[in-house]
Amino acid sequence: MWSSTNTVCRSHKARRSLLAFLVGGVCLAALGHAQEADLRAPSAAVAGNAASLSTTGQGSATFYLVGPSISLKRDVRLGEEVSLSAKELQSAGKYLAIVCASSCRSVGFFVAPAKPVNLAFLVHPSRAPVGENNVVSGVALPFDEFRNLVLAPATVDFQWSTKGSAPVSHKVATQNGIAWFHTNSGRSAGALQVAASINDISARRVVQQVASDPCSLRITGQRTKKGIVVETEPVRDCTGNPVPDGTVVTFTAKGGKETSTVDAPIKQGIARAQMTTTGPVVISAASGVVMGNELRLGAE
Amino acid sequence: MKRALPIILVLVTVLLMAVGLTGAGRSTGTVGIATGSALPGFSTNASTPEQGLSNFLIDVQRRNWDRAFSSVERTNDSVNQQAFIQSWVGGDGGLRSFSSLERYDARPLHATDSEAQMRVRLHWSTPIGPMEDVRDFRLVRRGDQWKVVWDEVPVPSVPSQVIPVNYLRWDLVTGGAGEEWGSHNVDAPHVRIVSMNAVDSADGAVVMGEVVNEDTIPAFVNVQATLVDAAGSAIDDESSFDKILHVLLPKQVTPYRIDFPRVSLSKVKNVHMDVKATLVPASSDPVIGVMNQKLDTDAQGRSVLRGELLNQSGQVVNIPHVIASFYDNNGKVVWVSDGYVQRALLPQESEAFAVEIPKSLAGKVQNFHVVVNQYSLQKS
Repeated sequence: MWSSTNTVCRSHKARRSLLAFLVGGVCLAALGHAQEADLRAPSAAVAGNAASLSTTGQGSATFYLVGPSISLKRDVRLGEEVSLSAKELQSAGKYLAIVCASSCRSVGFFVAPAKPVNLAFLVHPSRAPVGENNVVSGVALPFDEFRNLVLAPATVDFQWSTKGSAPVSHKVATQNGIAWFHTNSGRSAGALQVAASINDISARRVVQQVASDPCSLRITGQRTKKGIVVETEPVRDCTGNPVPDGTVVTFTAKGGKETSTVDAPIKQGIARAQMTTTGPVVISAASGVVMGNELRLGAE
Repeated sequence: MKRALPIILVLVTVLLMAVGLTGAGRSTGTVGIATGSALPGFSTNASTPEQGLSNFLIDVQRRNWDRAFSSVERTNDSVNQQAFIQSWVGGDGGLRSFSSLERYDARPLHATDSEAQMRVRLHWSTPIGPMEDVRDFRLVRRGDQWKVVWDEVPVPSVPSQVIPVNYLRWDLVTGGAGEEWGSHNVDAPHVRIVSMNAVDSADGAVVMGEVVNEDTIPAFVNVQATLVDAAGSAIDDESSFDKILHVLLPKQVTPYRIDFPRVSLSKVKNVHMDVKATLVPASSDPVIGVMNQKLDTDAQGRSVLRGELLNQSGQVVNIPHVIASFYDNNGKVVWVSDGYVQRALLPQESEAFAVEIPKSLAGKVQNFHVVVNQYSLQKS
């Protein structure tokens, strides 16, 4: 534009002064027109903080702002700053500012997340069998007060502890706003408390460590007036944790061509069943896919 | 002439009624098999065993209990009319109490001048579909009448008693709406399909196997199967519906069976299995023992697994449902069969059951596992 204006405004002969004057006026008008719609984006805008865009030119214009969660239209005066309130810039991300007078000019700018004030912390699973490798995992995502994911690298301190043991700490830097960990479950059933903290913010979760499959089911039995009462010894997993009450133990009594079965839940660590067989029987127990010992009882 | 027409009509009507009552007009049914249904009319004279039994069953069908009870010959004086009625209509919310006798087929087994044995196939309409029940009736001749001998032992009444129950129960507490995202969660129970087998049967393809709840909490389980052809297109998808023990306690194993009627396995390239488990409140009561199970042959020559259910708790099980998985000598599930028990299972009492095994598989069966689904009115 400037080059074309200068070309047009070259001075020639005195006789053409009137024409030159007229052309010069047009050039100035064109210059003024070119300057009226220039915009300058704010540098280092932060979510939740006010910012302003500078404009050049004269006269009135219409200002538009399009952002991740906002779109607004406003009348502005060219040459003055366009102020954006903190509320208008709550969402982090790319914004596009447009100012239109006789023509339109636009500029894009980025609003960065504010400082982390909240930590979304997801831990999986909610129940984990004891003694398993890499069974517990957690993910932490820092958010600012306007729920923008904080992408700037930050260090998250993961800590996990069980009752009666010292907490274990593991520091992880966020990558693209995410930090994560894997860990083994402990050897004792009970609550595993997992915490994630960043600056002064922390979040806690609890993973219930539960007994694993029963280990070496052992049963005893005796005849009664009504048949046979058979029960397990206290049922524990292979690391010695009592198997939770309610776990089903299937007792099977085989005698001759007949079979009797009872699915009995464990109560207070012991599963007990009553069977009505009278002849000699072989009784076995199973829980899930785990088998126990066999018990032979003679006829009544 | 004016009077002739009404008189003719009356005579024809009486004649047709007489024909209907004597049974001379029956043209359907197999020779030697008497059939009946709840048609209104008069009972014929019980001058033959078939007529005696037919009269009796029609009275039962119509719930004409006074006449039905007065027509039987009792062998046990302890059988009163109330016990007789209960043996037909059930009680305690059992399946029989929601059923009605739709029709029957009677076949003579043997007969003399004074005694006869009849085998009757009773067709019941029930809330879970039509059911068949085969019973043998003995009839004796008293004068010129044939009477049904009623020797059924009345259902024992449960004595008043106190049964200590300290069963386990799982309740589910759901968090409030105002919770922070991800702060509290309870994972769905972990269940696993431990075996799957697909076979062709007379009615179509059958997919069956077993599922175990590997978790420490109860699970509501449903298994879905999709049959896929060689081109990768789904042929059909079905769920296990009622052929599974839906509520699985920790470490409990259930058989499942999914039927694909009118689908041949020859068209199937792949079977996609999907097991869905949901955390539900549950109770470990009642405990039902499955006693004296044995492979046997029933009166009709079918291979069956029969046994007795023993209710070891203090709660009435209104509708017991037996699901059995059958294994070959390699431990592979070769069939899954199920059956509803028509009578309620009373506390500390037992009730017989039988589930059928296809004849072609009966020879392969080396072992079996029975679970009992229970529907209690108190819980629904």
